[in-house]
Amino acid sequence: MKQTEICIVGGGPAGLTAALKAAALGAAVTLIDRNDYLGGQLIKQTHRFFGSKQQRASERGINIARELAAAVQNEERITVLTGATVLGYYKDGVITVEQNEQYLKIKPQKIIMATGGAEKSLAFPNNDLPGIYGAGAVQTLVNVYGVKPGNRVLMVGAGNIGVIVSYQLLQAGVEVAAIIEAAPAIGAYWVHASKVVRAGVPIYTGHTIKRAWGEKEVEGATIIRLDGKWQPVPGSEKDLDVDVICLSVGLSPLTELLWQAGCRMRFVPELGGHVPLRNELLETSVPGIYVAGDVSGIEEASAAMMEGALAGLNAAKALGYDAPDFAQQRDNIIKELAELRSGPVGEKIRNGLVKAGLA
Amino acid sequence: MLAQNGIPTAEDLARVRPTAERLARGPVAVAECFQNIPCDPCYHSCKRQAIKPFADINDRPQVDHDQCNGCGMCLMRCPGLAIFVIDHTYGETEALVKLPYEFLPLPNEGDVVDAVNRAGKVVGEARVEKVQSGAKLDGTSVVWLSVPKDLSMEVRHFKIREVR
Repeated sequence: MKQTEICIVGGGPAGLTAALKAAALGAAVTLIDRNDYLGGQLIKQTHRFFGSKQQRASERGINIARELAAAVQNEERITVLTGATVLGYYKDGVITVEQNEQYLKIKPQKIIMATGGAEKSLAFPNNDLPGIYGAGAVQTLVNVYGVKPGNRVLMVGAGNIGVIVSYQLLQAGVEVAAIIEAAPAIGAYWVHASKVVRAGVPIYTGHTIKRAWGEKEVEGATIIRLDGKWQPVPGSEKDLDVDVICLSVGLSPLTELLWQAGCRMRFVPELGGHVPLRNELLETSVPGIYVAGDVSGIEEASAAMMEGALAGLNAAKALGYDAPDFAQQRDNIIKELAELRSGPVGEKIRNGLVKAGLA
Repeated sequence: MLAQNGIPTAEDLARVRPTAERLARGPVAVAECFQNIPCDPCYHSCKRQAIKPFADINDRPQVDHDQCNGCGMCLMRCPGLAIFVIDHTYGETEALVKLPYEFLPLPNEGDVVDAVNRAGKVVGEARVEKVQSGAKLDGTSVVWLSVPKDLSMEVRHFKIREVR
């Protein structure tokens, strides 16, 4: 059995910043990720981020991932386990891990769950045909492995992921026939939408996919207009000749370990599904288990990095580590996080967070 | 409408457009940012305080076109690729449109390309006058297009013509 002070599950933006902050205060950290690399979804974010200067606005996620991962690797207080899958959480606080076909047991004093989210799917006829992907999966294929998913894509969903992945497909030389969105308005930041539209991709709001067709793989899709009550308008069908359909219909938090640990959970649609209740320290109803990033509610990577930093500071502090400017560090992050969420596009998150508080 | 199809309307654009008199005086930035999102690099990038201070990170850029000299620092920093520099003093009949560009291959200086508007439609032709790229620009090149003056507020993208 390995002992560690803080075990962090997930090496994406939240897990990396949590590890760095906790180690900077002096804590011994074990960071676990099931991928062979650190960085999580950041490693395929080739676009520039929004946010404020302090939150690395205008930098590309891929560069942020490299920088954070290098800082983690260079920090002697952090032990990194990659290619390592956390299998379970046990009542006595033991975490079990599979790595290189070895079964490991780790006993941490504190845990930060930063497991991220998973893509949602959509029900429609033939949605099991080869050639139908989650948009995030296509982004991994294209930006991580350099593999084109096909030649002509229908993107379903005009949120930030759908619109950004469409743009990155164009950059990879893949044609995007259209982006459709069931809602009456584009969910993505409008500047993202404008840049794909001027590059030649139409966005159809109030449209959904009726069916995919094809014998052994996707050969096309039928889309249909929706009325003000989200009902399909008969006769408004349009066929699109595509060989790839990308689903970008939202993410849900990856909360299995939190359920297993007995954390109090609540279904909060604004945050993407079931989320753990947490206090202002980001500690769940199970003392010593903290959460950060998409596992606690689907949001942007900038928010995940700030939550990670907070959880890292708080977990280390709970172990007795401190810094002369601890309060200032924490207050600054809390202030920046509040600013990031303060505008009209943050309203949904704010409404969701109210429901996820631990009284 | 922008929220429905991603294309800013004439009314949206009227709010950010420099006056004809200002355009006639030389290069100027046009910030086509119409949504209050948490983002402020343009404000921090401006060395001339031509972008009004943000009270809130969700503010939209308010460019003081008289303070702006069209240097293009904000254009290079905008993560939304929503800032353009327009120069009506470039020629007798032609204006220069500087736009951010993130596709490969890059065009060559001197190329004649299809000039594309905000809706993705070809509206005429443009000549590539200069291509700025390199490590400092971090993957977002700036392409200088010369276009007929009456298209300077229309052209926001281009397509390299296919060689057959």
